[in-house]
Amino acid sequence: MILLQVLVGGLLLGAVYALFASGLTLIWGMMNFINFAHGEFVMLGMYVALVMTWIHAGPETFGPAAMVALFLLGVLVYLGLIKHVMRGPMLSQILSTFGLALLLRYSAFAYFKSDFRTLPESWLAGTINVSGIYVGKAQLVAGAIAGLLALGMHVLLTRTALGSRLLAVAEDRNAAMLMGIRPDRMQALAWGLSAASAGIAGALLANVYPFSPEVGQTFALTAFVVVALGGFGSVPGAMIAGTAIGLIEQVAAYSLGPIYKDVVVYGLFVAVLWVRPQGLLGKL
Amino acid sequence: MSARWEPIALWMRARWGPIALWATLLVFPFIVQGSDSAAFFQDVGANLILAAIAASAWNIVGGYAGQVSVGHAIFFGAGAYVPLLVYTLWEVPPLLGLPLGIAVAVLIALGIGMPSFRLQGHYFSMATIAVAELVRLVVGNWDLLGAAIGIQGPATPRGWWDLIFRSSMPYYYIFLGVLAVTLSLTYAMERSRFGYYLRAIRAGERAARSLGVPVRRTKLKALMLSAALTATAGSLYAFKVGFVNPESGLGILVSVQMIIVAALGGAGTLYGPLIGAIVLVPLQSATNTWFGGGGSGLTFILYGGIIVILARFEPGGLLELWRRLAARVFHAA
Repeated sequence: MILLQVLVGGLLLGAVYALFASGLTLIWGMMNFINFAHGEFVMLGMYVALVMTWIHAGPETFGPAAMVALFLLGVLVYLGLIKHVMRGPMLSQILSTFGLALLLRYSAFAYFKSDFRTLPESWLAGTINVSGIYVGKAQLVAGAIAGLLALGMHVLLTRTALGSRLLAVAEDRNAAMLMGIRPDRMQALAWGLSAASAGIAGALLANVYPFSPEVGQTFALTAFVVVALGGFGSVPGAMIAGTAIGLIEQVAAYSLGPIYKDVVVYGLFVAVLWVRPQGLLGKL
Repeated sequence: MSARWEPIALWMRARWGPIALWATLLVFPFIVQGSDSAAFFQDVGANLILAAIAASAWNIVGGYAGQVSVGHAIFFGAGAYVPLLVYTLWEVPPLLGLPLGIAVAVLIALGIGMPSFRLQGHYFSMATIAVAELVRLVVGNWDLLGAAIGIQGPATPRGWWDLIFRSSMPYYYIFLGVLAVTLSLTYAMERSRFGYYLRAIRAGERAARSLGVPVRRTKLKALMLSAALTATAGSLYAFKVGFVNPESGLGILVSVQMIIVAALGGAGTLYGPLIGAIVLVPLQSATNTWFGGGGSGLTFILYGGIIVILARFEPGGLLELWRRLAARVFHAA
């Protein structure tokens, strides 16, 4: 019975992982670029939720607020930093988002302090009993919304004209330019979407777990694992892998304890990178 | 006889920059001896040299070969933990553990390098982060290695070989010696065929391979050399501080510090890491003291800002910036 509970929890958490990993994999697929600050985007989403509680806004506002804030941040980061770094050496590409991660993380430390925060009670509090399984309302909402949004991103990419343009730039930048698509704009948009997906995921998670600026690093690594497993550049892959990692992580936590769950996840990451770098569904 | 032997020609061909640098480094502790904060300055100096050693070690594989490892803390940690472990278990002077630490680091390099070097660019960097974090987690839960608390060296010296000094001066000069060795090795490597192989790999792996460069082997050798030198830095750290724990020995900030010091001065250049250390370490000490307890947070905001500005505007680091400015000012050919 408890195992079932753990599985449900893992599934819901996995949906959130799927959401923010989709953002990361989108950037990779488009630009062959890993955003080492992606975890910090999630962390910032959580703090946006916190700030919303300061102005007494209800939980319904957290997601949209985080979405807008992080979308803007993503576009700014692209225009101000990434665009220029893409033309440079590998070292500066890696350093750029690494430095950004440090900047964001420690600015959050400076402003919000290092205490773990939880959000005040709202209509999301409490648990629901689904035939013997207790699920937190906040957890359920988080998982459901995250799943829908991840699906939505996939639909956006594959079924809309905008999505086609994004994918075109991912596939062949020059050809896309010849077709009248502006790669620069598409890439800025992709960064906005990626950051927004991380931000919303953070805002959703903030209702469920306590958070502090340091959690960005853990989320970053989780995102890497999901993207590696699902395949770099594949959003459906990220969705499947996200759910899988969520399940694996919760089951490992249940059977091996919270510390070793990290070891399992990182170990899986290293294994995937070495054994099947292109992941389940990706292109290398 | 050629003009080479004329005193004036010799004078003009001498590389004044490095000479001045080494001379200053040699006499630095004595220069500050008179001031009130002599001990503090000498301590900063010793930390500076240590940072330069670690960054120069990273530079071999990250700067010259272009394989940006973000998990070098694993080698530093090996070099720090092994000597202290050897002391804790068998009362042996930590110094004897130094070669053992180097051996462990080289073995790890071999173990990680072989599968990881199949990965390119960002993948490789991610793999190194993951492996380093994995090791940190495992060590942090392993009682033999002190778990989260860490392990200590001798509290009081039983002889000079325990390398425990009250003043930072002896450490300073020992570190300076090791730095000289490290840079000599780098210099020799730079001008050897091996060095050319590394630069070729950095410029384009496939092209290098098509020209007959033994890419895999070269990268592995570079990693092993880098690991050995990084482990040495770790051991020196353990001797000076007398203590190590998973955060200070294997934490990601250790890796990041190495990279930013090397990149700030100029990755892939001989003196880049040293220049980076000269700028960054005193800066770090200054921000730590000025801002007091909240200082370490601000230090990292500064780090992050520096890294971002560096990546955005001057990826070649300070040395590159100097060259560009000097070329304009001195109208060098």
